[in-house]
Amino acid sequence: MPSSHTTPSTFDRAGLSGEQLVAMLRTMLMQRTLESRGFQLNRQGKIPFASASEGHEAVQAGAAMAFVAGSDILVPYYRDLGLDLGIGLSPYEVLLSLFARAADQSAGRQFPHHYASKRLGLHTISSVIAAQLPHAVGAAYALAYRKESGRAVLVTFGDGATSEGEWHESLNFSAVHRLPIVFLCENNEWAISTPLDRQMGQPDLWRRAAGYGMPGIVVNGMDPVACYVAVRDALDRARSGGGASLIEAKCYRFLSHTTDDDDRTYRSPQEVAQRRKDDPVPRFEESLVAAGILTSAELASLKATILAETNEATDRAEAMAYPKSEEITTNVYAGSHEPWR
Amino acid sequence: MAVMNNVEAVRATLHDALATDDRTLILGEDVGNRGNVFLITKDFINEFGPERIIDTPIAEASIVGIAVGMAMEGLRPIAEIQFADFIYPAFNQIVGEAAKTRYRSNGEYTCPLVIRTPYGGGVRGALSHSVSIEALFYHVPGLKIVAPAFPADVKGLLNTAIDDPDPVLFLEHKKTYRLIKGEVPEGHYTIPLGKANVLKEGSQLTVVSYGLYVHWALEAAQMLNDDGLSVEVIDLRSIRPMDRGTILASVRKTRKLLIVHEDNKFGGIGAEISAMVAEEALFDLDAPIRRHCAPDVPAMGYALPLEEEYLSSPAKMADAMREMVRF
Ligand SMILES: Cc1ncc(C[n+]2csc(CCOP(=O)(O)OP(=O)(O)O)c2C)c(N)n1
Ligand SMILES: [Mg+2]
Repeated sequence: MPSSHTTPSTFDRAGLSGEQLVAMLRTMLMQRTLESRGFQLNRQGKIPFASASEGHEAVQAGAAMAFVAGSDILVPYYRDLGLDLGIGLSPYEVLLSLFARAADQSAGRQFPHHYASKRLGLHTISSVIAAQLPHAVGAAYALAYRKESGRAVLVTFGDGATSEGEWHESLNFSAVHRLPIVFLCENNEWAISTPLDRQMGQPDLWRRAAGYGMPGIVVNGMDPVACYVAVRDALDRARSGGGASLIEAKCYRFLSHTTDDDDRTYRSPQEVAQRRKDDPVPRFEESLVAAGILTSAELASLKATILAETNEATDRAEAMAYPKSEEITTNVYAGSHEPWR
Repeated sequence: MAVMNNVEAVRATLHDALATDDRTLILGEDVGNRGNVFLITKDFINEFGPERIIDTPIAEASIVGIAVGMAMEGLRPIAEIQFADFIYPAFNQIVGEAAKTRYRSNGEYTCPLVIRTPYGGGVRGALSHSVSIEALFYHVPGLKIVAPAFPADVKGLLNTAIDDPDPVLFLEHKKTYRLIKGEVPEGHYTIPLGKANVLKEGSQLTVVSYGLYVHWALEAAQMLNDDGLSVEVIDLRSIRPMDRGTILASVRKTRKLLIVHEDNKFGGIGAEISAMVAEEALFDLDAPIRRHCAPDVPAMGYALPLEEEYLSSPAKMADAMREMVRF
């Protein structure tokens, strides 16, 4: 996969307005700022755990731009903060999740970045790899069954998820029924400490699509516009009765898996430094400035606004209450929770 | 009232659900063209169409997982696992996903889903067509588990399961499918989950069971009756939630408790009932609680002597009951 540097002179907007391009950059910057905040809070001992998706910003901002909020359904995985933000999640909701407050969407039950919002079309997920894929297929079946054409499901996962049986079962069933669904793999080359060549004998995941009888698309996951185009086309195909697609976005994980992991134990800092040159965030900033879509001053002020929003959201969420201990038994079942009657 | 066997009761109830609510659909292996291996859904595909009666690939994890996604998006799927022995690939989706959907989203998403499956032995089904799975799932908060024994209960409880806003595992004992016949009331009715049924009143011993063994326990109790001994027989019907009140009232009256189940003893349903009665009514007891269950082996063997040794029988149950009454 040629990771062609998007040079300003050949900058292709793919029909996106300046406003939309800036919105994508905003999502990417917000994602990065909020995730740094998570790591800071963890180092300060204020939260027990944080994770980050540095290296995934382009694919997520691109995919979010192709998603139609209020109509499409997103079934994400845990490393999708940018996608969640891009479809409408607020920084305050992110901080509530990091702080595990009562007002968090899971009421403080879930790990960070496991949201659930019908308003946003954002499905609840567990941390169990690939378990969300069949749910996405079921949701797509529901859309097809009710003949709600014009709507589609976007489901995301890492390269590691593609080894699970549920991954195979989900692609297979979707192909049989030509369901309105897009499978988007964020291939960052690592599953915690396990590199791609220990996960699969053939590293081009998109090629598997042919085996299921659906289109397979590969895209430079460091290029937000290219990712937007790939996801837009696949979602359009799904929305108009063209069935399922598999997209592989080749990106990279710049940081450790989570705050509980130390990537120096299994990969070299040189490798990571080398790949940092592909960092999609500064590159997209440069592209937009060079193309005259954003001035340097506007970029600086955008960053300042994002930091201010993050600070404000941090203070506001931190001041919120933890869930009450008696809340532990709510929402086990619809009614009261009592195994004995 | 019509007389039906358990297969006919399941079939009639599913048919009504499909006919009255177009959010309802059935998915599973061979449920369409074949109409289920026991012919429970025979011809449904012609009446309701292949969009609602879905012949799935052989992929249990996604049969349940896809049903979870359908349920989250407002449909009322009824997933079928062809035999309970094949439910293990779906364990993650049942325990890790369906049972936790409501809890982990704090009620934002829910999972109104029924998973039906034939379980149990006595049909020469060997290791992989005979298992009891209830103990593997009854530990799990967020799930409900039903195991009816009579056609009228099948209908009432299946209706309740289909209406239920949370995931229900509906266990159908395959030996009772055609063996057990009974009157089934006309029209739509429901039976609440967590309500046991006192099938036979008695004064000297309480016997608690479910599924096929309820029928054998009734036969055994009748044998004791002929000898002038009085045994009370309770059909749990629902395993989670379970009816504490009925069990305790009975035990406080008879002062003795015997639990009989087809599943093996260690960690089985009987363990929870024993613990509950020990916690709530120890000083009302005149004898130690006993459990009459399968031996501690991985599964039921194919050869007739192995199957017979694994299973109880009305005669073996009667012996266990006599011992308790005499204690
Ligand atoms: C079924 C399951 N097995 C193992 C884990 C532990 N685990 C969490 S993340 C992870 C790696 C996943 O890699 P990948 O799918 O590539 O996603 P990435 O974290 O790289 O974005 C593993 C093994 C899990 N959460 N679920
Ligand atoms: Mg990965």
